[in-house]
Amino acid sequence: MTISPSKSTSRLRFPFRVQLEPRLANVPRWFPTLVSVGAIVVALLIGAVIIAIAGGNPFATYSHIAQASFGSLGVFSDTMVKAIPLMFIGLACSLAFQMRLWNIGAEGQFFMGAWGASAVVLLPILPPETPRWLFISVMILVGMACGAIWGFIPGFLKAKLQVNEIITTLMMNYIAVSWVNFFIFAIWTEGGFQMSPVFPKNAWLPRLTDLAESVPIFRGLTTHFGLILAILASVVVWFILFRSQWGYEIRLLGDNQNAARYSGISVTRNTIFVMMLSGALAGLAGMSEISGVVHRLQAAISPGYGFTGIIVAWLAKLNPFGVILVSILFGALILAGREIQPSGIPKMIQGIILVCLIASDFLLRYRVHIVRRTEE
Amino acid sequence: MEHVNISTQKPTVVSMRGIVKKFPGVLANDHVDFDLFEGEIHALLGENGAGKSTLMNILAGLYKAEAGLIYLNGNPVNFNSPRDAIKAGIGMVHQHFMLVPSQTVTENILLGLEDPRFRLRLRDYEQKVADLGERFGLHVDPRAKIWQLSVGEQQRVEILKMLYRGAQVLIMDEPTAVLAPTEIEGLFKTLRSMVKEGKSIIFISHKLQEVLEISDRVTVLRRGKVTAAGIPLLNTTREELARLMVGREVLFRLEKKPLQAGEVILSVENIRAENDRGLPALNGLSLNVRRGEVVGLAGVAGNGQRELAEVITGLRKVTSGRIVVQGEDLTNQPVKIGIRRGISHVPEDRTHVGTAPNLSITDNVIMKNYNRPPIGNRWVVNAIAASKYANDLRNSYEIVVPSVATPVRLLSGGNLQRVILAREISSQPSLLVAVQPTRGLDVGAIEGVQRLLLAQREAGSAILLISEELEELLSLSDRIYVIYEGKIMGEVLDGDLEKIGLMMTGTPIEKIEAKGGA
Repeated sequence: MTISPSKSTSRLRFPFRVQLEPRLANVPRWFPTLVSVGAIVVALLIGAVIIAIAGGNPFATYSHIAQASFGSLGVFSDTMVKAIPLMFIGLACSLAFQMRLWNIGAEGQFFMGAWGASAVVLLPILPPETPRWLFISVMILVGMACGAIWGFIPGFLKAKLQVNEIITTLMMNYIAVSWVNFFIFAIWTEGGFQMSPVFPKNAWLPRLTDLAESVPIFRGLTTHFGLILAILASVVVWFILFRSQWGYEIRLLGDNQNAARYSGISVTRNTIFVMMLSGALAGLAGMSEISGVVHRLQAAISPGYGFTGIIVAWLAKLNPFGVILVSILFGALILAGREIQPSGIPKMIQGIILVCLIASDFLLRYRVHIVRRTEE
Repeated sequence: MEHVNISTQKPTVVSMRGIVKKFPGVLANDHVDFDLFEGEIHALLGENGAGKSTLMNILAGLYKAEAGLIYLNGNPVNFNSPRDAIKAGIGMVHQHFMLVPSQTVTENILLGLEDPRFRLRLRDYEQKVADLGERFGLHVDPRAKIWQLSVGEQQRVEILKMLYRGAQVLIMDEPTAVLAPTEIEGLFKTLRSMVKEGKSIIFISHKLQEVLEISDRVTVLRRGKVTAAGIPLLNTTREELARLMVGREVLFRLEKKPLQAGEVILSVENIRAENDRGLPALNGLSLNVRRGEVVGLAGVAGNGQRELAEVITGLRKVTSGRIVVQGEDLTNQPVKIGIRRGISHVPEDRTHVGTAPNLSITDNVIMKNYNRPPIGNRWVVNAIAASKYANDLRNSYEIVVPSVATPVRLLSGGNLQRVILAREISSQPSLLVAVQPTRGLDVGAIEGVQRLLLAQREAGSAILLISEELEELLSLSDRIYVIYEGKIMGEVLDGDLEKIGLMMTGTPIEKIEAKGGA
């Protein structure tokens, strides 16, 4: 493959030529990270050019975005709050994608998780005076269970009847949203508004600001316990995928289903279980958002976390630890989007970063030579 | 440069000098020289991974050499893409065809050309293609769609594509690997007629018999180096070429120790099963294999061999009949149970069934024991034990790789098969079902695989060898069954080729013997 100007314009010829060759060996471990970081830098440069053309000052814009999401402990804490659901959903997608199960129903599983956690308070499953540890544990379990059920249905259909999971998971998103709407409009509505009553404090995930009594610097910081859960979850998912026998089965199934079958691994069972765990993780995201941030069930609990999480998983190359870092970046962009509305610049940057990162994959698959033209 | 070879008086068309090409961990071409004369068929012989295809990919403009020069008719050339090479008259026919199945022969041939610029005027071009085919004895219907053609016909389209582009030098990368014996004969005829028309042909192969049959001269590569540079075939022998290829004397007769077969390990009783399309594939088949013997299963491809292997290993269900392994009924039991009971399986399809291409060698060799100690520990895979195990296998089975973390898709065919055999044999199976274990391998690798199978026989395994290579079956097996349309036609103990041939075409042994007796 050669990219070079036509031969007839010999006088205007570049002094070099770009040549591409497929890589036949593994790249060093640090290389993918370097390429990803480089892609983000390039994306920011492209964004800067566009901002400049639009008449803005790229430096001012970027510093505003950085200020708005990393500028102080307060805003950094807000960034983390936005990042937490992305972490869970990024993990949910990474797990399923490792097996090449295209679960794009994390949004619906998120809503079902939120619904399940709310049901513990509102149905009610537990009385309001339940101790906090028990309240939250049960909310986590029920939230995960509801997400898991929402993952089980497409998983079961895929495993037993070969129904395409992309379609079923996508469609079930709408069912989940309507299901939640039904409850907040009709059953759990507070005074006719489309939201449930606020949960008792016992059902709130602990926040940093709750510790302000003993650590004054934490005052007003809304980062909640979900962050710890998300980091724990990433360790667990990493361990499952890369150290456990089940994870080995998942990776083998993802790479070559025939080889997995030939090794005596059940495709059916794993399809169902992986979809369930993936759903459970997305459900946990819903639970942590409800219990850690909103403290009630309402309609607008997700600005599309379930879909952004797919991108997060992909950009993290399905690596659970990568998911944590990418989530923080996307959390920052979501937050900055609110701060400097209505310019839409963060959305644009998000898009450019995505395109650059996906394009940079090319460098992992091909080696680029720059060849000096010799006198011919 | 000397462009005229004095001894033959034929001008040199292509001359490659000091070609060096490195791949990670391997020196694929180590200062290789290669000359092609006008109007000759020049065989490029070597084991898998010897660097034949690499060298030719460099000539065809697909790869770039790190060092070395290429001369075409005496002038130095520098190809940056296959397009450059074709423009200069060098065309390559790859092992895997590059055709668009839904388009016609003519459309495929015109694809990417500048000539029919706007209006297709297919009729005219169809005539051109037909004429070209006529001239070289490459008969294909120019209006046929590619998907309607047999593999042999598709290959003819690939050759026509190159001829249409005016190729003077044709590189054929293992052209016979995909062909049936009758098609091979046709291909050879075509190659000879092309030479008569003044074309020069490079014939890449690892099959000695074919090289001896078709080529004028041969260059042998071994581990990236030339071990014989363009020697005329008249001056050499099959044994000599084999030695040059593998680097040592190859024993075509394997040493097989006489062994008394033990108790019956596998007993297949009157089984019936269907193929993927739901048609009957096995129709009341029975056979048995005993400890310490290699039982061959001969037959023309597609007579139920694959299904039989799958049924025994648990990958396919039987509709009736029984499969008993070491006295235990394993009929329609899951694969996992079979693996636990010591059934190993060398599958026919190395890349689509036998391995996971993007996973490491370590992950590939633990496929059957990842859930058993010492690799599998409760629910964890012990990574240290796994990589130690992989390293041990790499050493004892001579898998040539820089590291066991290498993904197996980067391995050559021979190495890949060694990975599979290492995994399947190292578990000391009581029953080994090997399907086409040497297909597509070169002489040295074939011998290695066959030795491993015989060693396993001596170690007390029962081996069912399913193969289409009669020579291989005859030299390895203690007994040979012949399968035809999902049934066993009979059993041969003495390797009587005539009987086997008759049974392969559907005559049951009773009839043969009745005739013989009468």
